[in-house]
Amino acid sequence: MSKQLLDYNDIKRVLRRMAHEIIEKNKGTENLCLVGIQKGGVILARRLASQIELIESGRIAVGILDITFYRDDLNTKEEQPVVKRTEIPCTINNKTVVLVDDVLFTGRSIRAAMDALIDFGRPAYIQLAVLIDRGHRELPIRADYVGKNIPTSFNDRVEVFLEEDGKKDKVILVPGL
Amino acid sequence: MFKAKDLLGIKELTTDEIYYILETASGFKDVLQRDIKKVPPLRGKTVVNLFFEPSTRTRISFELAAKRLSADVINLSTTTSSVVKGETLKDTALTIKALGADFVVIRHSSAGVPHFLSRLLNISVINAGDGANEHPTQALLDLFTVLSYKKKIKDLTIAIIGDITHSRVARSNIYAFTKLGAQVRVICPPTLMPAEVKSLGIEIYSNMEEGLKKADVIMTLRLQLERQSKAFFPSLEEYFYLYGLTTERVKLAKDNAIVMHPGPMNRGVEIESEVADGPQSVILEQVTNGLAVRMAVLYLLAGVKK
Repeated sequence: MSKQLLDYNDIKRVLRRMAHEIIEKNKGTENLCLVGIQKGGVILARRLASQIELIESGRIAVGILDITFYRDDLNTKEEQPVVKRTEIPCTINNKTVVLVDDVLFTGRSIRAAMDALIDFGRPAYIQLAVLIDRGHRELPIRADYVGKNIPTSFNDRVEVFLEEDGKKDKVILVPGL
Repeated sequence: MFKAKDLLGIKELTTDEIYYILETASGFKDVLQRDIKKVPPLRGKTVVNLFFEPSTRTRISFELAAKRLSADVINLSTTTSSVVKGETLKDTALTIKALGADFVVIRHSSAGVPHFLSRLLNISVINAGDGANEHPTQALLDLFTVLSYKKKIKDLTIAIIGDITHSRVARSNIYAFTKLGAQVRVICPPTLMPAEVKSLGIEIYSNMEEGLKKADVIMTLRLQLERQSKAFFPSLEEYFYLYGLTTERVKLAKDNAIVMHPGPMNRGVEIESEVADGPQSVILEQVTNGLAVRMAVLYLLAGVKK
């Protein structure tokens, strides 16, 4: 049976805390840019940016990154890739870029995202913010900001639903067979 | 969604597959506008361009597309390969396979050669023009270009002018635009009209003034001068007089109609310079889009399990 991990209010609180952590770690919002990884990360990046803007003055640039062309599983994946939009609104040279994703799992998406990002410039720092860290890393990658750590089995699925996609905010765990 | 290992023709594609290629191509078009225009998905793959007929833009376009995807590219043309020493097509193909190539991009003057290679090889074969049969990537880039200007294909009126009999571009475009629900008209001298087109659900005109009326897209084809000796029409001057695309004739189409040409152009034969360089011309845009479309084709075929 699937289990609910976070509800609407949990997600709200978690994002508020992460916004504070991002500001604290970077001592403000100067040179800060959030980049959401398609698809789940984009909505979260926008929400984090508006949370940060509520706390500190000024606008936070939010970019969108599609990592399809940088994946390492073109030949092994069952379903075929669907390319989505990439939009980096500002120069990322010497900026602190916070990559935002919904679920951190093997780390391969983040590896691809870093490769993709570096083709747009040379950020001073790349940090990583994820709503859920479910473990099972296959690469030496860790997140700087984590909404919630959740122990899972490799075959479980973690599904994130967000209002902007027309669903009620929630995170559920679907156990694998 | 994309199951075949090869791209042999538009005829073999479903509308879903066509839209899938176009959608992927728009992702690559974005890549081509970046400072770093190269992405890594075809790293370690080898693309062989096997051209048995002269071609500049298609070959260069495929070559650059492959390089932008980080593949290695080998170009073989008939004049420099062992074909001049008498090697058969089959042996050339098997040699390329033995070298470890992952893609063969083939152009040949005989229809069906890509299909032959497709059966012979278990690597991806891409048709870059086979005789008077098909030139699928040209039709895909034309669809992409029309879509970017008109935001849809369905219910548009597409007028294709020229040597329909000898044109693989025309044949692929007729398949492509009719599959996606456009109304295709062909305008050509009766001597250059193949019998089969009547079965394709298209309108046929031999008069420019009638055929261009209210068209959304005007696509004029290269007059294949190398076939002029066969006397399908009296002279180039007469062809221009009857079928040349002039400023006045463009005015018969819709005000926002776009003018396309697959290149290379014979200025003053099938198209007037003022039209080719005019505000409605999207001819150079077609070249840019060709690169994005060919990247998409290579990329999607690389993802197919063989």
